[in-house]
Amino acid sequence: MNVIAGWFQHLYDTTGLNFTVFYDSYDWNRYLGGLQTTVLLCIVTILLSLVIGAVGALLQGAPSRLARNAVHVFVVAFRNTPPLVQMFFFYFGIGAILPASQGADGMRQPLLDSVQWAIVSLSLFAGAFNVEIFRSGIEAVPRTTVEAAEALGYTRLKAYVYVILPLALRVCLPALNNNLVNLIKTTTLAYAIAAPETLYAVKQIWGESQNVLEMMLVLFATYAVLVGILVWIMHCWERALRIPGYGQ
Amino acid sequence: MTTPRKPQAPLPVLLPFEIRRTRYAPGPAGTGPRRPRLLLAAAAGGALLAAGAAWAQAGGGKLPPLEVVLKWSPLLLKGFVFNVLISLIAMLLGTAAGLGLGLGLLSRNRGLHRLAWVLTQFFRNAPWLVLLFFIMFLVPYQVMILGVTVPLPDWAKATVGFALPVMANVAEIVRGAVLSVPVTQWEAAESLAFTPRQTLWRIILPQCVKRMTPPWMNLYALVTMATVQASIVGVSEMLTLTGEVHSAEGSRPELFAPLYGFALLCFFLYCYPIDRFTARLERRFQLH
Repeated sequence: MNVIAGWFQHLYDTTGLNFTVFYDSYDWNRYLGGLQTTVLLCIVTILLSLVIGAVGALLQGAPSRLARNAVHVFVVAFRNTPPLVQMFFFYFGIGAILPASQGADGMRQPLLDSVQWAIVSLSLFAGAFNVEIFRSGIEAVPRTTVEAAEALGYTRLKAYVYVILPLALRVCLPALNNNLVNLIKTTTLAYAIAAPETLYAVKQIWGESQNVLEMMLVLFATYAVLVGILVWIMHCWERALRIPGYGQ
Repeated sequence: MTTPRKPQAPLPVLLPFEIRRTRYAPGPAGTGPRRPRLLLAAAAGGALLAAGAAWAQAGGGKLPPLEVVLKWSPLLLKGFVFNVLISLIAMLLGTAAGLGLGLGLLSRNRGLHRLAWVLTQFFRNAPWLVLLFFIMFLVPYQVMILGVTVPLPDWAKATVGFALPVMANVAEIVRGAVLSVPVTQWEAAESLAFTPRQTLWRIILPQCVKRMTPPWMNLYALVTMATVQASIVGVSEMLTLTGEVHSAEGSRPELFAPLYGFALLCFFLYCYPIDRFTARLERRFQLH
């Protein structure tokens, strides 16, 4: 650790490139805190959006017309409005209506904090896209396969969980991959409601240390690594799901 | 023109996979209306309905939330037009640059191909907001061209910030479309003594326009929705104005939902028709 810090200190002294995060422990901790929030946001929103997608796709094929209409309206509404305005609407609009408790200092303590609201709005946003992706996957499962499952005595839900979804998942993984990468990039919007994620932390650092260019590079690298990790995980998953003897 | 379609299903047990967007799913029995227009309209106004709930808590003597929205709507709509303007200019710049970058991706020159690839990957995978910050902070507020000082207003810089990811995405669209044209087209053109350049501009690209239109329009809708991010870096577009209107009306917390609901509604009414039109184009082009 000392070697790295020393090298970046040397870099600053010789070239003027001031990567404070790598030698100043205060900035490093701030950056690390932001990164933690971003990773938390990414993991939780990815999982929630997958659940929303799977449940939405199931409801879209439900016999109840109300359920189908509701899912359709949800997908259309969230796909065609800016995620940033959605986040503001949730955080300021809904947050103001919800009941709030009083903190020890007498300040208004909202029910959900900014990170939690970011999770809610980002999950719903990405979930709306996932519904569509899962639905397309489900449509790729031949009708005869579903009928075969029914003939074997599967209920609708069981057939969905054990037969349709596993097959559908295999075809929609590439599209899902795209959407989840987009979701990681969209988590930066949480900056706007002051969730202390990476962009927020980095902006604080460059505000104090006056090293915009260097921190900008760190920021780009951070998101490139995060996206890289996700793509790698998805590829592993794709390989693990492959049915031997079938497909490319 | 018929193109040999690649088998799209990766597994023989499955049908071809294609994302058909926001189509109303018929029930298992195939019953139900084709498209619940009325319900949709209701949902579009749903954001404003939340306003009603908020109004119930508001005290008397002040304007009710819906009237506040109505009173300020000319200003807010002006802001929205500004958003649309930014998105149109960004799309124009991005498409022009993206076409060049896309052709660079297809170039046989190794160096050019590498450079185009790196640029595309970089601008495609960086978050839009970070790119926006990048442009806003690192481009000076005025430049000297031939001894003349040209000021660069905030909104112009933001527009360039949006044009960069557009460029990378358009490059990918162009590359995909050109590669989807059958090789026989190139060979036929070659046998008719077209030079490679002529083949590209007069035979291949015209065929690509049709394939590129749906993803391009999709991208446009995304750009339009991204323009609100300019408010974070201080461009006074619709979202900024919405915040200012809120302060002007005394910062009452119950005004947030109707004001932001109005912004949601504006974007929905603009983007939803584009989305429908794109979906229809996609369906029509699939038949060939």
